[in-house]
Amino acid sequence: MTNNPGPSGSMASNSGPASPGDPGLSTSLLSLRGISKNFGAVQAVENINLDIFPGQVTALMGDNGAGKSVLIKTISGIWAPSSGQMFWKGQEVHIHTPRDSEHLGIATVYQDLALCDNLDIVQNMFLGHEKTKVGLLDEIKMELTTKQTLADLSVSTVKSVRQLVGSLSGGQRQAIAVARAVMRDSQLVIMDEPTAALGVSQTAQVLSLIKRLAERGIAVLVISHNLNDVFQVADRAAVMYLGSLVSSGPISNYDTSSAVELITTGESSRVPPTIVAS
Amino acid sequence: MGQVRRLWRGDSGMVPIVLGLAILVVYFQMRNSVFLSAGNVTNLFVQATVFILLGMAEIWLLLLGDIDLSVGYTMGVGAAITVILVDHQFHWPWYAAFAVTLLATTGIATLQGLIVIFFRLPSFIVTLAGLLFWEGMLINLVDHQGIGGSISNENKILYNLVNGNFTTVFTWIFMVVVVLFMAQSMVRADQRRRASGLVTRARMVLFFKIGALAVAGIVLALLFNANRGTFIVLQGMPYAIPIDFAVLAAGSVILTKTKAGRYIYAIGGNSEAARRSGINVNRYRLLAFALTGLTTGIASLLYASRLGGISDNIDSSLVLYAVASAVIGGTSLFGGRGKMIHAVIGGIVIATIYNGMALISIGPATQYMAIALVLLAAVTIDSIARRGSTTN
Repeated sequence: MTNNPGPSGSMASNSGPASPGDPGLSTSLLSLRGISKNFGAVQAVENINLDIFPGQVTALMGDNGAGKSVLIKTISGIWAPSSGQMFWKGQEVHIHTPRDSEHLGIATVYQDLALCDNLDIVQNMFLGHEKTKVGLLDEIKMELTTKQTLADLSVSTVKSVRQLVGSLSGGQRQAIAVARAVMRDSQLVIMDEPTAALGVSQTAQVLSLIKRLAERGIAVLVISHNLNDVFQVADRAAVMYLGSLVSSGPISNYDTSSAVELITTGESSRVPPTIVAS
Repeated sequence: MGQVRRLWRGDSGMVPIVLGLAILVVYFQMRNSVFLSAGNVTNLFVQATVFILLGMAEIWLLLLGDIDLSVGYTMGVGAAITVILVDHQFHWPWYAAFAVTLLATTGIATLQGLIVIFFRLPSFIVTLAGLLFWEGMLINLVDHQGIGGSISNENKILYNLVNGNFTTVFTWIFMVVVVLFMAQSMVRADQRRRASGLVTRARMVLFFKIGALAVAGIVLALLFNANRGTFIVLQGMPYAIPIDFAVLAAGSVILTKTKAGRYIYAIGGNSEAARRSGINVNRYRLLAFALTGLTTGIASLLYASRLGGISDNIDSSLVLYAVASAVIGGTSLFGGRGKMIHAVIGGIVIATIYNGMALISIGPATQYMAIALVLLAAVTIDSIARRGSTTN
């Protein structure tokens, strides 16, 4: 089910600044070219080249400290990169604040789920983006939109959209956080360890939700430690090791053992060398 | 069964405290039949006014998980400013004096809010300092301007805020308008939900609510309009009552129908989530401080009216009653949960204990202990409800 080959051009191991006719740029939603981030003398991520495609799930793998979080925080505008270029639909963009990335259509669903337990589902879905009518909150419009969005994503496990988020299970909370990103017409949804704290059935729910996002043409970038999850949902994989992107390509190029090798040693004899970045 | 679980989870609303209030009322009435007389109940509502307004002032900050310990003395300073300005030395018109008072209390609370936000200090400590500072300021003001530690009020309008009454006709008109307006907005909200195909409660519930509202309006009007004088005719709704109504209505609309209110709840629930949703957290925290100050200012006008002036030695437990009336009504000390109506219920409970115990000749010592027990019970319910809602 995961043999969805990505656009072939993205396999190229192009390093350094983008060159004219860079094949990745024409089809990708977001392309990183030579992205580095250092904190003082500490090089957190170095020379990252990565293409993210619409309608595909890209799994970002790597051990603790490999630089995954630094990379997604760079994309979502928590901080600006120290060097390198970012291209959104082929156009160079500069993301300096979370607002910048939100305006482009990038939504980040954090591990610690930014939801308010004391508010209900509708209130959380629209938090910070409330619909108003003559200055007062338009609850009916917000409730209708919420129900529609949840129905579109086939989130059917919540009984009422007016129940407090504090009373939801982990999987339901994850679903609400994702639905919020979808409702705001996000084109790229970044999810940090979406299944880390979930049980078996809830994990399955979240994974199928991720697939439905991709079916709607949304690009999904998922950080995960769980290789089972990765091989179930991902169309493409990217592996980081000690701050560098050591491999990326269609998921069909990998299997569990080669992925583990790449994660733990940064290289694998079993992955075609053409797709291992320098 | 579902009811019990909801009660435990903290969605019970005000059921426990309303039951408790009913028990108190029955008890006092059995001990002294004067308790439920029109005169005494009207008096009780007027006594409750300051507790209610201070409780509402406190709720703005309690919702954020913050607190303002200085509201008692901020109110004292406000009352002193009003009394001094309308005094014959300055003889400002009442509206100018009232406006300056509201500005002053709003300014005091905003200043404390700025210190809390700017230096990232706990509001508990900053407003504790405020409590002492404004007590000092109050003594200063009163001793400079007054004689023997107090200034008496001679302004008729300030006096009438608490002691004046509307005509019986106006009382009826007011009650009818309030009931009709609330019924109409409830029906309209219900119709809009129905028209949009959203889940609504059964029609019966709506009719029952409107019926209850109408009965309450009629009972209040009859109560206020009964002659409660002994030698002269004394009837009509005290001016203080619609002031409470207005603050309650304005506060409730801000909290439930505007973005600002929504953000106050969100920040109290999870300020990091609010920040990540693009909400300017500090702006809305500062707004809550300012609203606390403004509501305190309204309380100070009624307090000056009730005292007939201002003294340099005001009741130091006022601030505790402010927090107590909010919490007794059901507002959480931990932020994110509460409503303006809670202060009304809590303020009436405190006034009931005061008033009832005085009627059956129980001294202040026991009154304090009784209020303490009610407060303890309310905080316990709050804490249990919180535990219930997080372990799920």
